[in-house]
Amino acid sequence: MDSKLKKELQAKCLDVKRDVISIIYTAGSGHPGGSLSAVEILTVLYFQEMKIRTEEPAWPDRDKFILSKGHAAPLVYAILAERGFFPKTELATFNAPGTNLQKHLDMHLVPGVELSTGSLGQGLSAGIGMALAARLDKRDSHVYVLVGDGELQEGQIWEAAMSAAQFKVDNLIVFLDKNNCQVDGFTRDICNIDPVDEKWQSFGWHVQTIDGHDLSQIEDAIVKAKSVPGKPHIIIANTIKGKGISYMENKPEWHARAFTEEEYKQAMEELYQQERALQK
Amino acid sequence: MNYPTQLQPFGHALAELGAIDERIIVIDADLQRATETNFFQEQYPERYFDVGIAEANMVGISAGLALSGKTVFCGTFSSFITQRVCDQVVISVGYCRSNVKLIGVEPGIASGRNGASHQALLDIAIMRAIPGMTVFDPADAIELRAMLKYLAENPGPAYMRVPRGKVPVIFDETTYRFEAGKAAMLRDGKDAAIISGGILLPEAIQAAENLAAKGVQARVLNMGSIKPIDKQAILAAARDTGCIVTAENHSSYGGLGGAVAEIVSQNCPVPMRILGIEDRFGEVGPNDWLLARFGLNADAIEKAVIETIEKKGR
Ligand SMILES: Cc1ncc(C[n+]2csc(CCOP(=O)(O)OP(=O)(O)O)c2C)c(N)n1
Ligand SMILES: [Mg+2]
Repeated sequence: MDSKLKKELQAKCLDVKRDVISIIYTAGSGHPGGSLSAVEILTVLYFQEMKIRTEEPAWPDRDKFILSKGHAAPLVYAILAERGFFPKTELATFNAPGTNLQKHLDMHLVPGVELSTGSLGQGLSAGIGMALAARLDKRDSHVYVLVGDGELQEGQIWEAAMSAAQFKVDNLIVFLDKNNCQVDGFTRDICNIDPVDEKWQSFGWHVQTIDGHDLSQIEDAIVKAKSVPGKPHIIIANTIKGKGISYMENKPEWHARAFTEEEYKQAMEELYQQERALQK
Repeated sequence: MNYPTQLQPFGHALAELGAIDERIIVIDADLQRATETNFFQEQYPERYFDVGIAEANMVGISAGLALSGKTVFCGTFSSFITQRVCDQVVISVGYCRSNVKLIGVEPGIASGRNGASHQALLDIAIMRAIPGMTVFDPADAIELRAMLKYLAENPGPAYMRVPRGKVPVIFDETTYRFEAGKAAMLRDGKDAAIISGGILLPEAIQAAENLAAKGVQARVLNMGSIKPIDKQAILAAARDTGCIVTAENHSSYGGLGGAVAEIVSQNCPVPMRILGIEDRFGEVGPNDWLLARFGLNADAIEKAVIETIEKKGR
């Protein structure tokens, strides 16, 4: 990734983070930690990699993205609004009575959302189905799925892992948001998923491990995945829950929480400082 | 209507039961604060397990423990403990007659902070149809505590809906007696009967008061014990008042209204109206707003009672 593009995407990431935090602050509830850990992944997907048409969200040849960890909906709303699927002003309605922007994604209310999620563990199977359909219809499109590391504790994930390898769905690219936190604490203390790379390898997947906040590594991993035929792909993204806001980073309690006014102001100030550093 | 509240009655009562009966085990699926089981865990860490985000596994492990002599409480949001793990509940709990108490937190619209994916609107329909499954929907903190004690003392599969956090106190603790399969008549009346329970009970009471002010006398039954259900009280209501309105925090299919209709239609048919959520999924919003949106608040109940009375004797 050249340095100009990288700077543009970094700036976009900061916009998205501001949106995410404002959305949750305004609503007085939401899931900030797991939204912030995947900002870079979704920014590369939506602003660089995915073939999509904002003016034609249902374009049959599009790439698809599934947020299997549906509680990170604020991130998807921010990304879709930044990408032009709906006006940014709508973001302020998150979780308000009558809103299209429900706490968890509703595919029938928001253009660009491919699957209604919120019950963990179901997105990967649906992703396999969509990838198989693209293959049957001879479409050159990819399906991307974002799963959480706590979410991997759901048995259905491993049923899906076996199916994807069995059916050789190589147009399926999964990102694991490995932020090491879930609701009740750190993943290793609740139900350890490691060594997670070996698990996926032994299930027959093409596995890569990257720094999930490094835009170049994210892009390179996607390009690499597309070049390896015959296997489904998982990109294990080592991330930090609450990434970018000092008081939230790696704190399980920021899984689902509202911001106080003070916390909100501090978050905005930190993002402003990051933006200034970027402009230098 | 403003009732006093108790904070986290379920979590505290469960921890208290832990002291009385050491066979009690609690299992969680990465939601210990939502299920308020952190209190139990703090006191009895050796009898507490968190399986992570793996509800099917949780139900299976619970069944195994129960079939080895333990009394197991396992819970998560009501959508997940009923819909998500339906077959595990049917087979490992129901069919095996395991002594597992399934706890469904924030049932029905009460999960309005999380929206459709978390709003179990058909949990009662599912659980009620499982042979041998007890089903409770407490209206307040007092009833909740009494039901919980009953579950701890009486072996067998059970499902209880659990309101979380601040829970109203409607009943008088000194006089309230809970009996499984018995309804409580909160108000008598000859013109109609309102059968309700759970978080809709205050709306039903309010509706009856509004009706009384207009000269319409409605009997109000709290049917917190949905299975077993108080057949006698239902039939008496049908005979004495000649029409029944049910109001529930659930789909209008297969819940309390369905249970009442099964009895009324086959024994003493009278006009009935089943108020519930009409063939749709939930959405985010505060309780009051959702109750109004789904036509389940006191005003809607009042209107339904008047319309149902008009159908009498036709
Ligand atoms: C089936 C199911 N069980 C439980 C929950 C409640 N829940 C929401 S988020 C979450 C933790 C998710 O952890 P992880 O997958 O690691 O997500 P992240 O850390 O990226 O936020 C849980 C238990 C749910 N939404 N769905
Ligand atoms: Mg995580």
